[in-house]
Amino acid sequence: MNDPFSIAGTALSSRLFVGTAGYPNQQVMLDALSASGAELVTVSIRRISLESYAGSMVDLLGDRCRILPNTAGCVTARDALLTAELAREALDTNWIKLELIGDRDTLYPDVEQLVEAAAELVRKGFTVLPYCNEDPVTCRKLADVGCAAVMPLGSLIGSGMGIANPSGIELLCARSPVPVVLDAGVGTASDAALAMELGCEAVLVNTAIAKARDPRKMAAAMRAAVEAGRLARLAGRIPKRAFAEPSSPRLGLVGA
Amino acid sequence: MMRLKVNGLDEETGASTLRELLLARGIDPGVRFLAVAVNGAVVRRAEWAQIPLSPGDEVEIVRPVQGG
Repeated sequence: MNDPFSIAGTALSSRLFVGTAGYPNQQVMLDALSASGAELVTVSIRRISLESYAGSMVDLLGDRCRILPNTAGCVTARDALLTAELAREALDTNWIKLELIGDRDTLYPDVEQLVEAAAELVRKGFTVLPYCNEDPVTCRKLADVGCAAVMPLGSLIGSGMGIANPSGIELLCARSPVPVVLDAGVGTASDAALAMELGCEAVLVNTAIAKARDPRKMAAAMRAAVEAGRLARLAGRIPKRAFAEPSSPRLGLVGA
Repeated sequence: MMRLKVNGLDEETGASTLRELLLARGIDPGVRFLAVAVNGAVVRRAEWAQIPLSPGDEVEIVRPVQGG
């Protein structure tokens, strides 16, 4: 399906973004990334081990992916800003998935700091994709300060609970001036399809693939689901009805 | 010798630049995807051999790892 879309003027070939954490091993990760068809893949930035430095996993990804570094785990704007600057230096990209965590148990975003940090990163020339609440006001503020997209959570990170507030995501997609990328909570392929049906431009999946019994198969399933959901969105779903509507003709029924 | 904080840990070092600090740690300063900050500011790779370290400097040495 030729259905290109772009973020910050950069055309992306796949509407499925994939994370690189938590796979059984590196080969499974590489196979899953390949099966997913994802062009954009996320990484985090961490201190090197001073005892045993053994290169970076980004070497393995080669040139087939565009890397989206994140600020996962940061709880202060200061740490998130420094992590973003370090990511830009390490990876030679000004794209950053901005995560600013306000609560360690739920990993909910700290909205107040998030908007401020996003504005600062935009001023510093970053292309900012913030992980955020599925709240139209927060998302509008993030777009207003110059974020290239918004990445609302479907449900809690790593929970696999799917999209907890589908009508909220649909409303957000209808009103957002920037692309909406569903982030977090996807548990299986139908969740990704639903995100696309609701109007998301793309979906980011990590745990649902990495921790599936067969990550390679789940990656392929997510790819198909995102394409199916996008096609359904373009095709336009029928309205829901309270009562049955026969699909076969009423006329010419035998015995009538 | 001077005392630095490297990736959150106190360290005595004879290194006088970031490049020397990396080499002393067995890290090739030419390896890809490495980034360094001193006292909260990124130091570009081209400056690793030039900017002197000072006692008490807080050095962060990072690289990309798996993430979501």
